[in-house]
Amino acid sequence: MGKIVTKHLHLRYGDFHALKDVNISFEPKKITAIIGPSGCGKSTLLRVFNRMNDLIEGVRVDGEVLIDGRNILDPLMDLVALRKKVGMVFQRPNPFPLSIYENIVFGERIHGDGASRDELDGIVEHSLKSVLLWDELKDKLHASALSLSLEQKQRLCIARLIAVKPDVLLMDEPCSTLDPQATARIEELMRELKHSYTIMIVTHNMQQAARISDDAGFMLLGELIEFGNTVQIFTAPQDRRTEDYITGRYG
Amino acid sequence: MSHPHRTQNIAFFFLLLATLLIVVPVGLIVVIIVQKGLPAINGQFLLDIPRQGMRAGGIFPAIVGTVYLVTGAIIFALPIGLLAAIYLSEYSRENMLTRLIKLAIVNLAGVPSVVYGLFGLALFVVFFKFGASILSGSLTLGIMILPIIITASREALESVPSSFREVSLSLGASKWQTIRHIVLPNAIPGILTGTILGLGRAAGETAPILFTVAAFYLPRLPHSIFDQAMALPYHLYVISTQVPNVDEKTRYGTAFVLLALVLVMNIIAVVIRTKFRKKKKW
Repeated sequence: MGKIVTKHLHLRYGDFHALKDVNISFEPKKITAIIGPSGCGKSTLLRVFNRMNDLIEGVRVDGEVLIDGRNILDPLMDLVALRKKVGMVFQRPNPFPLSIYENIVFGERIHGDGASRDELDGIVEHSLKSVLLWDELKDKLHASALSLSLEQKQRLCIARLIAVKPDVLLMDEPCSTLDPQATARIEELMRELKHSYTIMIVTHNMQQAARISDDAGFMLLGELIEFGNTVQIFTAPQDRRTEDYITGRYG
Repeated sequence: MSHPHRTQNIAFFFLLLATLLIVVPVGLIVVIIVQKGLPAINGQFLLDIPRQGMRAGGIFPAIVGTVYLVTGAIIFALPIGLLAAIYLSEYSRENMLTRLIKLAIVNLAGVPSVVYGLFGLALFVVFFKFGASILSGSLTLGIMILPIIITASREALESVPSSFREVSLSLGASKWQTIRHIVLPNAIPGILTGTILGLGRAAGETAPILFTVAAFYLPRLPHSIFDQAMALPYHLYVISTQVPNVDEKTRYGTAFVLLALVLVMNIIAVVIRTKFRKKKKW
């Protein structure tokens, strides 16, 4: 059984049926990519797993979403615990207007019970090392995070997330604002992170999905059309619509 | 034959004229009050009590009274206004109740200040039996500036990008932690600006304090919040209309002090705002 499993997942915004009967299983310590044209529901699907869709008024979710066997759609689910376990990297790098250091210890400040200065320093060092930023930034930890380059900001956001010690990383088009070199370096980082985390990435960049993912799913108009091993999806798709999309006939 | 250029020049001329007409009264007020009031300003005028039926001496009790009233108004209005603004911008959903509250705030801002005075008299002075006192006056002024503080605070809170809220929540912060650690710190300059503008308004109003606190003549400092007090705007009214043979210099001196007080507050608000705009980079 997968790390994350959805069963007959439906999501509606008012009258709009955004996710239609999605059944999918994500394997632990792998990168799973969700591809599809804009508006197909892939970001919405991603936001089901940390219940960020709850913030939107008039959303209704039906079905089951099991993470480690527990249905997270349960109204009694502890959202703080869920979001600590399932972290998210957003499309636009969005560090807080605080120092680099304060960005990383934000999670500890809200969840922890008064960690000592040494413990905080340790968290900052470990998190920055995980995203390969430590050598670049160790001498300017108290500079504003807003002074960093876009790529550094996105890495910092990942570091801020790692500091909360999640299990699953949801990435919503994390490279869409970056140039090709920066994108390549972030992808390298994702391959590195895969050893410790279950990663789910939404992307409209098919080459990116083909390069980094182990499994891939193709979505269209709220439906999961096809799901399987990435190599198979890209070389021998079973569904005509998947083939049309990856060969560039639309999207 | 039409002359587009000439028509344009005429239009420009009238636009410029209209703009200048706004500046002229402001400039004249400042010039006249500075010119006539400045000679009255000296240590004795600022720090002595009024003497000889307010024809001589200073205006110290009125300055102190105004400072007390403004401080009291802010102690009352800032927490309530800020909490209301947080509720309205962060927690409330769009429904009948919030629409009613927002409508009430807009209308509260439009109530004539003399009506606030009467309201304060009925509620604080008579009903709560606070008497004519600094407490009654502060509460009345506080209610008057509530809409200013709520509106400014809401704008400040809403100008904090929603992406900050999203990230904070996605990191497992509760709604209150998000407000406390992320939203409020970034909204404080805007809130401060609004508060100071409210202060300036409270310092300058006469009608709300007329029935609730202002003493005609009280040549000593107030001892407690249940004391009456003199206040600059009311003192100016008194020496300009109620007491015969007051020096023009004394009257304009008082106006100068009041104007300076309000102007200084507004300048502080502008400075905070520009400093913040320079720092803000998102």
